[in-house]
Formats: sequence, C-alpha cells, structure tokens
Amino acid sequence: MGGDKGEGVKRLQFGIKTTLILISPFLVGWIALFIGAYNINPLMVLKIIISEIWPYSGNPAIEEKAIIFDIRLPRVILAGLVGVALSGSGVTLQGIFRNPLVDPFILGISAGAALGCALSVGFFPSLPIQLMAFLFGLFAVILAYTIARTQGEISRLPLVLSGVIISAFFAAMVSIVKFLVDPHKLQSIVFWLMGSFSLADWHFVRIAGIGIIIGILPIFFMRWRLNVISMGEDEAKSLGVNVKRERIIFIGASSLAVSIAVSVSGIIGWVGLMVPHLIRMMTGPDHKSLVPLSMAGGAAFMIFADTIARNLTNFDIPVGIITAITGAPFFVYIMKKGGRESWGR
Amino acid sequence: MLEVKGLHFRHPSTEEEIIKGIEFKVDTGEITTLLGPNGSGKTTVFKCITGLWKSQKGEILFKNKNISNLSCEKRAKMLAIVPQEHEPPFPYSVLDVVLMGRASRVSIFSSPSREDYSRAEEAVETVGIAHLKERAYTKISGGERQLVLIARALAQEAPILLLDEPTTHLDFRNQILVLNKVRELARQKGLTVLMTLHDPNLAMLFSDKAVIINNGLLVSNGAPQTVITEDNLKKVYGIDVVIINWNGTNVICPRIDDSNP
Repeated sequence: MGGDKGEGVKRLQFGIKTTLILISPFLVGWIALFIGAYNINPLMVLKIIISEIWPYSGNPAIEEKAIIFDIRLPRVILAGLVGVALSGSGVTLQGIFRNPLVDPFILGISAGAALGCALSVGFFPSLPIQLMAFLFGLFAVILAYTIARTQGEISRLPLVLSGVIISAFFAAMVSIVKFLVDPHKLQSIVFWLMGSFSLADWHFVRIAGIGIIIGILPIFFMRWRLNVISMGEDEAKSLGVNVKRERIIFIGASSLAVSIAVSVSGIIGWVGLMVPHLIRMMTGPDHKSLVPLSMAGGAAFMIFADTIARNLTNFDIPVGIITAITGAPFFVYIMKKGGRESWGR
Repeated sequence: MLEVKGLHFRHPSTEEEIIKGIEFKVDTGEITTLLGPNGSGKTTVFKCITGLWKSQKGEILFKNKNISNLSCEKRAKMLAIVPQEHEPPFPYSVLDVVLMGRASRVSIFSSPSREDYSRAEEAVETVGIAHLKERAYTKISGGERQLVLIARALAQEAPILLLDEPTTHLDFRNQILVLNKVRELARQKGLTVLMTLHDPNLAMLFSDKAVIINNGLLVSNGAPQTVITEDNLKKVYGIDVVIINWNGTNVICPRIDDSNP
C-alpha cells in the first residue's frame, strides 16, 4: 500500500496542477496583451491595467492605452469567454451523453447557427448576424430534441442521431444559400464560418458576457451531478437524480452558451472536445473539479490560439483553422497514448 | 418489512400480462432471494419494486406505506439498488463512485458536503475496501466493483437494499465474498434485503427466505429448505436434481443421466 505519504503527494500534485490551470487564462491573457503588431513592454501592460483599476500618478502612454483597451483587451476577453462556453459545454455534453467523443456542435448547434448567419448575410442584412445565428442554433437543438423525443423517452443514441440528421440538413441549406448568394457576400459568409475574433469589440464582449454567463452558471453549480448522470439513466434515477429534468437544464444551458459563442465568433471547432480531454488526463474525471478546470483551460487555450492566429502571419488567420490544425493531431496522439487514461476503455 | 401485494404488470404497448398477481414479503434484517428461470418475470418484479417500471395493478408497501409512486429523490432515500457491475465511461475513483450514493441528499445546485464525504468513507470502511478508495473504478476486478456498488448503496442510507443478480459476472471466490458481505450487512444494519440470483445453491446457502417465480406466477415462498425442493426445481427449470443434506446444509446437485439426455 502507498500509505499516507503517497496520498499526500498525490493531493499536493493535484493542488499544484489545479492552481496552474486556474491561473492560466490570466497568464496567457497577459501575454496576449503585449504580443502583437505593435509590441508593448510586458510591465507596461500591467502598469496600464493597474492604473485603470486604481488610478495613480504618472499616467502611462495614451497610445498604448488605446491599443490595449480598444483593441486587444476586448479581443482577449471575448476569446476567453468563448473558450469557457465551448469547453464548458463540451465537458457537460460528454458527461450527459456518456461519450467522450461528443462536442458542443453534435446537437446541430453549429449547423443551425451557420444557416442563421448565412441567411442574415445573404438575404436579410437588416437582421443582426448574432441574433440570427443564436435563434437558428437554438432552433436546431430544439428540433433535434423533438425528433429524438418522438421515439418515446429520450435516450442518448436517438438524440445524437437526430443531431447528426439536423446538422446534415442545415448544412445542405447553407450550401443552397451559398450557391444562390452574390459572390461578395459569399466571401463574408465563408470567412465567418471559419471562426474568428477579428471583429471583437466591447459590444460583442457585453453580448457574449451576459449570454455565456447565464448559460454557464447552472452548469457550474450542478456539475457534480454529471458524475451521477454519466453512470446511465436508470442508475442515476435509482440514486435519486431526476435525469429527464436535469438533462434538459444541462442541454438548454450549454446550447445557450454555445450559440452565443458562435454568434460572436463564428464556428470554432475542436475546443470543446480537446480541452476537456486534456484536463481529464491531467486531473481526473471527477466533474466537481473537471468542469471549472475545463472552463479555465478552454479560456486559456482559446486566448492562446487567437494570439497565434493574430501573430503567425501579417494577416489575421481565422482562429478556427488554428484549432482544427492543432486539434486533429492532438486527437490522434491521445487516441494512441492517453485514451485509456482519459476514458477508461 | 417490504411487501409486494397483488402485483400485475404488462408492457404499456402490449396486451399480455407478464406478471399475473404476485405477492410476497421481505422481513427486516433478513435476506430474501427471488429465483426463477430466464423469462420467468423475476427481473420484471425487481424493476417494479425499484420503480423503474410502473405496474398496472398492485402495491409495493414498506412499513405499510405505499412506495410505488414516490419521486425518485424520496425513493432513493427509501431503497438502495445494487445494479450488476459495469464499466462507466469515465475512470472515476472508487470514492467518487461511492459518493454518488449521496445524490439524493445533495441539493441540485450544490456539491457533496463534508458530511457526505465522511459517510462515503464510512461505507467504504464497512465494506472493507478502504485500500481501494483512490483506485480507478475501471481498473479493479469485477468482485471489487460489486463491493464498491454495495458501499455506494450503504452510503445512500436507505433501509431497503435491492441487489440485481450480484454474482453474475463474478468468479467462485468473489461470489461467496460478496454474498457473505451482504449477509453480514443485513444482520448488522438491520437492512431489508431482496436479491435475485440464478444459482439455487447460493440461494440455499445465503438466504433466509426464498421466492420462486415462473411464468409471472408465484410458485413457492418461504424458508429456502421448503421452497428450493427437487419438485419445485423440476417444475420450474425442467431438470432433474437431487438434494443432498450434508451436515445440515442442503446441496443441490443436477442429476446427469447419459442414457436419457
């Protein structure tokens, strides 16, 4: 037996890892603020931020202040919020569908949001993109849920299947829009679908902040119940969990967070799949710690990926491309190596 | 005392009754075993008692109160179920799995309290698997997993314990180990225990009462020596057996006859 010492060391390691993951978004965010086309001294960044919260004598440079507060900070915060939403709902859906390969887009949210965006850009320019993406994303989830429901009680397989059906259908509709729309508009639809934070401003931060926090709060507080629900419907019921009701809350909350995220940043794949896996491999599958750590990890990863997207070349590469490029090899790697640790099979 | 009264069940979409009026009682501090061949309706009766399936007629009473229409939260405080061991999708630690037994006592927007943790630790100690508590549930043996599920049921602090074929996937040693533990707990904690088993020998060894079901009807009900008889086993399973009494224990032995297969 390992004895108390082994347990103590384990607990310490867990504590260190947890702390690192929780502060990572702030660390990465700070780095993201001083790296860019116009490099700012890292200490200057801290000075500027502190002087804003707690004004003191010796006002820093106006120019740098403007770059940080008008351009970089909203973008970093937005990326962080979207990371929280994608990764937080990814870990939630993996838990309730008892399937580590599910991501927030499996229920048709992305396809629905994409159609909303395409329609708004292509045919109804008077309707805001965010609103349309959000409405259609939510509509897709409700549709997927209703289709699954026609087969009596909702179980996870019909729900995933109907998500796939809805996604395919909405994707076809997007293709129709793309085909019919005028080529100039086509370009902005395609760009938006690739996912990017290049349009970030404080207005987006406010929309995303409110929507994502409303979606993520119930998930945060109910997170421990994901352990019980992931054991299977009958078992969770016999343990005293009202599975039907709680699943609706979880799905509704994650759909809200994800559609809002999609509405401000387009479609950014892989984050909701990759980050929860990585965190599960590092700190274990208990949702009590896994959910908050995935949210923090998601924020850090998203800010990091966006900083790369911003600085890799002279233009702003859509961050969705960066996440997909890192995501695919990452997945091959964990399938070969850490898969067993992560999902126990 | 748990009481099943005039239980009738058919699947909602079908006409045919699977359970045609079954009655029996399970006494406190005792183990009652439900026996019957595949398709006899024993699993159905079990599911009706656990509340997963709703019976059309009949009552499930505990201390003379009908418990068949409770909310799942209240039901979980009344009866704890030990399912057949299985692998969950994520490698939770043993303690995390046992802690799930507290779900009915943890309110929806919170996580388990210090009290819940200490109850889970207690349950782990009682079942004698404290050395496994930090191990991944997916990486221990089937017998150990069954013990973990029993610990989880204890953490639930329900007066009734239901076990669904607890020995099915276990080797010989673990079958005895698990059933011994169940008997010890029933006596120690005064639990009302009902389980389903396939092996009449195990039923004979470990139960205080036995109930045999066939074709949705009750065949026999009472002390194992009077229920598990050559006649009843022939009637229900359709095979010839001899029951040998050895030092006061009845042993059931199938009669193997080469000339008459």
